[in-house]
Amino acid sequence: MKQFTNPKTIVKWAELLQPVAGLMAAILIMVGLYYALINSPADYQQGQAVRIMYIHVPFAWLATMVYGIMAVVSAVGLIWQHPLAHLACRSAAPLGAVFTALCLVTGSIWGQPMWGTWWVWDARLTSVLVLFFIYLGYLSLVRAFDNPLKGEKLAAILVLVGSVNLPIIKFSVDWWHSLHQPASVMRLGKPTIALPMLIPLLLMVVGYMSFFVYLWLMNFRAAVMERKNYLKEINRPQME
Amino acid sequence: MKRKHRRLVLVLAILAAVMVSTALVLLAFRDSLVFFYGPTEAMAQQIPEGRRFRLGGLVEQGSVLRDSDGLGIRFRITDLNQQVAVNYRGSLPDLFREGQGVVAEGSWTAANLFTATTILAKHDENYMPKEVAESLKNSGKWRGAETGKAE
Repeated sequence: MKQFTNPKTIVKWAELLQPVAGLMAAILIMVGLYYALINSPADYQQGQAVRIMYIHVPFAWLATMVYGIMAVVSAVGLIWQHPLAHLACRSAAPLGAVFTALCLVTGSIWGQPMWGTWWVWDARLTSVLVLFFIYLGYLSLVRAFDNPLKGEKLAAILVLVGSVNLPIIKFSVDWWHSLHQPASVMRLGKPTIALPMLIPLLLMVVGYMSFFVYLWLMNFRAAVMERKNYLKEINRPQME
Repeated sequence: MKRKHRRLVLVLAILAAVMVSTALVLLAFRDSLVFFYGPTEAMAQQIPEGRRFRLGGLVEQGSVLRDSDGLGIRFRITDLNQQVAVNYRGSLPDLFREGQGVVAEGSWTAANLFTATTILAKHDENYMPKEVAESLKNSGKWRGAETGKAE
């Protein structure tokens, strides 16, 4: 176990994996976009507007998935105090915030022609907006202290407390009447989405995930270097 | 207990406390968290005339009547148990049609007559090409909203 959690090993792996993730993202998103926008059928109800799904749904999954990752690494940072855990969390946070914002914007653009409204305060939309605010809260809290280690620790507690929102987002469409429809893919039983539409959707989802990993590792490696410099700086003997 | 284990227990305890308290809050606000009432609920709630609320369900098959000026529309919203007659004047979302899920915002204007000021379409979780939908309907295997199956 120790050899996998060694900070040097982790940074080395990050360096190796980053270009792989970037290449995967480029290929999958290009192929995915081709199927999503050109070579997939229109929906029987929504017609061509269904194509917004291939952009919107991956953003929505990423928004919650990134938060899930942040919750796990925050727990690792708080409990086992691994020196890189909080850095992994803070390098994922701005990406999660952007994905959530894009999820809200694309959802709104989809909602206008289909539902007849840009926005409603139903349980799903509201809980995703809350997720966006939690991301913003994290980003400001983690920067609010002169000592970054202190900010990271407090912000990690915020992430754990906020993780209660994840099951609320997921099940909001089942627990309460909402305008947003229930899950089509991540559900018990078969997906309720036809195969020629499911395949481009999954291509896009895995493509977005790879793109996230690419950006995350890039942020993470920069954060590690920055932290090394910071620690060197504060440990330098004071010369008078 | 090692410090590491103490921290683990602490984190788990905080998580459990947050979850239980959130669950209690959500349970307490259950009624205001629903985006709409179905016809059965709306009738049972005895909401006074003039108070605004949202009514959701399926547009009953064969119930849509359009006024001759093309702006007004009358139809019934059903949850396959109870029906409510709805009046509306204004533009409709593209997805509005018989058998389709719908959410109407407005208030009671008479016994069992709901006057809507906004109509939103609710689409279901099924996505498929047109040809698949048609062949399912032809073979009698269709299980979507349009035959009136409740969500």
